[in-house]
Amino acid sequence: MIRCLAYLSAVLVCGPLWLPAGALAEGRSDENMARVLRAEQDRIDAIARAVPASVAIFDEAGKGGGSGVVISADGFALTNFHVVQPVGAFMKCGLPDGEIYDAVVVGVDPVGDVALVKIYAKKPLPVAVLGDSDQLQAGDSCFTVGNPFLLATDLQPSVAWGIVSGVHRYQYPAGTLLEYADCIQTDAAINPGNSGGPLFDGQGRLIGVNGRGSFEKRGRVNVGVGYAISINQIKHFLGYLHSGRIVDHATLGATVSSDDEGRVVVTHILDSSDAYRRGLRYRDEIVAFGGRSIGSANAFKNVLGIFPKDWEVSLRYQRGGEQHDVVVRLAGVHRSEELIAKVQAKRRMIPHPQPKKDAPKIEPPKKEEASPHALAKYFTKRTGFANYYFNQQERNRLWNSLRTQGSFADLTEPWKLSGLVNDAPFDITLSALSVFAGFPSGPAAIDVEQALNEQLGPEGSGGLLLALHMWRRLLIEGPERFGDVYYLGAAPRKIAWPENDEPDGALVDIIVATHDVVETHFLFDRKTGRLAALEMFSDSDVDPCSIRFSNEKDISEKNNAGRRLPHTLHVQWGDHNFGVLQVERWTLPQKSKEKS
Amino acid sequence: MNSTLLRGDLARGIWRKTWALAVFFSAVGLCGAVSVKAASDRVGVVREAQLKVAKIYGAGGFRGLEAYQSGVVISPEGYILTVWSYVLDTENISVSLADGSKYEAKLLGADPTLEIAILKVDAHDLPYFSLDDAPAPKVGARVLAFSNLFGVAVGDEPVSVQMGVVAAIGALSARRGAFESRYRGPVYMVDAVTNNPGAAGGALTDRSGRFIGLLGKELRNAKNNTWLNYALPAAELTASVDAIKRGETRPRAADGSARRPLDPHQLANLGITTVPNVLNNTPPFVDRVDRNSPAFAAGLRADDLILFVDGRLVSSIAALQTELELISRDQPLRLTVQRGGELINVVLKSSNRR
Repeated sequence: MIRCLAYLSAVLVCGPLWLPAGALAEGRSDENMARVLRAEQDRIDAIARAVPASVAIFDEAGKGGGSGVVISADGFALTNFHVVQPVGAFMKCGLPDGEIYDAVVVGVDPVGDVALVKIYAKKPLPVAVLGDSDQLQAGDSCFTVGNPFLLATDLQPSVAWGIVSGVHRYQYPAGTLLEYADCIQTDAAINPGNSGGPLFDGQGRLIGVNGRGSFEKRGRVNVGVGYAISINQIKHFLGYLHSGRIVDHATLGATVSSDDEGRVVVTHILDSSDAYRRGLRYRDEIVAFGGRSIGSANAFKNVLGIFPKDWEVSLRYQRGGEQHDVVVRLAGVHRSEELIAKVQAKRRMIPHPQPKKDAPKIEPPKKEEASPHALAKYFTKRTGFANYYFNQQERNRLWNSLRTQGSFADLTEPWKLSGLVNDAPFDITLSALSVFAGFPSGPAAIDVEQALNEQLGPEGSGGLLLALHMWRRLLIEGPERFGDVYYLGAAPRKIAWPENDEPDGALVDIIVATHDVVETHFLFDRKTGRLAALEMFSDSDVDPCSIRFSNEKDISEKNNAGRRLPHTLHVQWGDHNFGVLQVERWTLPQKSKEKS
Repeated sequence: MNSTLLRGDLARGIWRKTWALAVFFSAVGLCGAVSVKAASDRVGVVREAQLKVAKIYGAGGFRGLEAYQSGVVISPEGYILTVWSYVLDTENISVSLADGSKYEAKLLGADPTLEIAILKVDAHDLPYFSLDDAPAPKVGARVLAFSNLFGVAVGDEPVSVQMGVVAAIGALSARRGAFESRYRGPVYMVDAVTNNPGAAGGALTDRSGRFIGLLGKELRNAKNNTWLNYALPAAELTASVDAIKRGETRPRAADGSARRPLDPHQLANLGITTVPNVLNNTPPFVDRVDRNSPAFAAGLRADDLILFVDGRLVSSIAALQTELELISRDQPLRLTVQRGGELINVVLKSSNRR
């Protein structure tokens, strides 16, 4: 009894001492449990957000395929080039909603291993939210969604959780194509069939497209080392992929290497490159490229690899302690015939998994009667294009937009414009066979029958008269009769259109029109659809003559009601500002009745 | 008076709203912080651990034999722990640290049983993993693996990180044809694919980034074509690491202080003929063993590779000869040789002068 009491009192005395401690410990474990449950719920939510937009891609026979991800409600989806390549123009896309839709290839980036396809559904499709892959760090959570080993026979994709193992990885080209620059490395499982499928961050935002693994002696299964093309790279290419083209990657026209002091210096440069014209020389140090500081040759290649051909990128270089900031236009890695040849020769990089005999048979596409020809009207074959249909669509859209300025097709008589350039009078007469002009510096002219690329007057303009001639030609002839006219895609243009609110330069729609040896780029404002500028390249390795158009208004002349033309023309040739043409008067005579 | 009151009320009202907002935002902040805490903690842990892993480049470069592996910095003065492999079979071992700095590394010594080696680079104040207070994880513990698998990272690019759990802890049941390894002690088996080409010598850490084990060499079971993902526990390494750091496995000649006996051992007297010494660092392969010689009596055979003389690493014929010159002929000679995949210890009795 006494012992009992003593025990009790001991408990009573001790009680207040251990109770709070116990309560605290219990409180913390509750809190930990709550945190674990919340983390679990976050993960479930992220997967639930991400899964509906993932796509299982099958070829028409249901034997080969891969994965993909929907990025717009009207059905545009991303996948790998190496998934689309063996499948062909038409494919079947299964979504987790249980439906199988027909899809057609739109554009391909063979070097970057990206393809854009369009799924034709009768309803808006669930869309993946695009993340910012430049914010990723090693250790961040991420997960893959896709169709590994073509398991998604019920169209429900597989999910594999992991972490980001590395960012800004550079993977050398496999063969002659398929360079993975600036890619994301993950230990989340990427297996054959995952190709083209999405990599999401821990919140379920799309950060990459899976496509490659380090496969060596262990066979072609996941070894915890997968690579995804970063979504930020794909964002650069997306505007071009919509053009239906085979899109090429870029080169600076210079090679670099790290020297003994760890600086990245130019070891070779082509004097025909834009970088050379902007002042870059042998032995110059590359300080920053595309807004990133450059500390290694790989870092340089990483930046170069995320931009398509014809992109304009900021470059900071150093020579003799002095820094120079320029914007360079990137050239293509391949000549266009070269790229087409390689694309045709390219075989599958990751073999498509063949279903085992005992594996559940992959259901043949349900709509057996709906042959691929259901989408035949959305596919046009043409050399140099993945699907020319989409190029025509875009080209026609921009041409129609240009026609809202009025129809110029009948105005084949000479056009006259006059006004002031740098406060001195000028006048120009444009006609089908010649251009005459009077400038403060003297007269200038073009004979259209002579070699065009040698008639680049007036001096210091890089070919203003030729550029105006091409512009008039497009307005009168239209894209069908002009020559070779195609839609390049959407890209930022800093040089031709410097003042804008976009950090990377204004995004413009670009039409490339080639006549004779002269290539003219017509730049359309994406917001308004207006023709904003043109760049006339008299040769591939000289600076273009750029004309930026503004002050568009009705031509103050009878018979021309409803026709609008710009009255202010900023003319630039490379780094040289030629001047501003203030047009006081446009004269576009109608064809006289007698003649017609 | 009224206006004062009004101001007071207004002030109090504003204060109240501010307070409510503050409470609201801190609550929101807390929720957000908790849900992203795990991942952001990991990013910090990863960034710090990556600084302590080295990229090692050496011999190899043939098909299936990568000329690179990983290593962990284990002291601020540039001691680097790695696996002992053919990559280190060269005079020119180069090490890239996390900041991109490059060093010529010296092979300080190796332990043939654990198959670990220690390199030394001439650096100071390096971030490092401590081997002394390494935690011992239980099965199920979350782990991170850091290595330069596939040589993915170069220069100052951070090494790769993978995440997994300790799936099992047990002795490496190595046998011929299956996971051929000289080491038979306990290992941490990991559920992630951590032991890829180039990963050997990397670090296995706990979730706080504390070193718990060294990623081992690639081990394959030829019978079922499976590959092992494992690490050697830190506790198994410390004694050997200390011995190597003290120079106990270094050739005596390297000290320069060793006394030369009047009558040292010689290969010829032992009955050993090595392969022709054609390169600076020709490995000491036995070409022929004379009958009725000490070597013959000890069971030495042609094609044995002599690795250690009295526990000291001899990486070339020249090093072997120099080492023998420091051992008196009346002392028995302990040799460790590699025969096939196995390590064999032999003792050669004193040899007669010819």
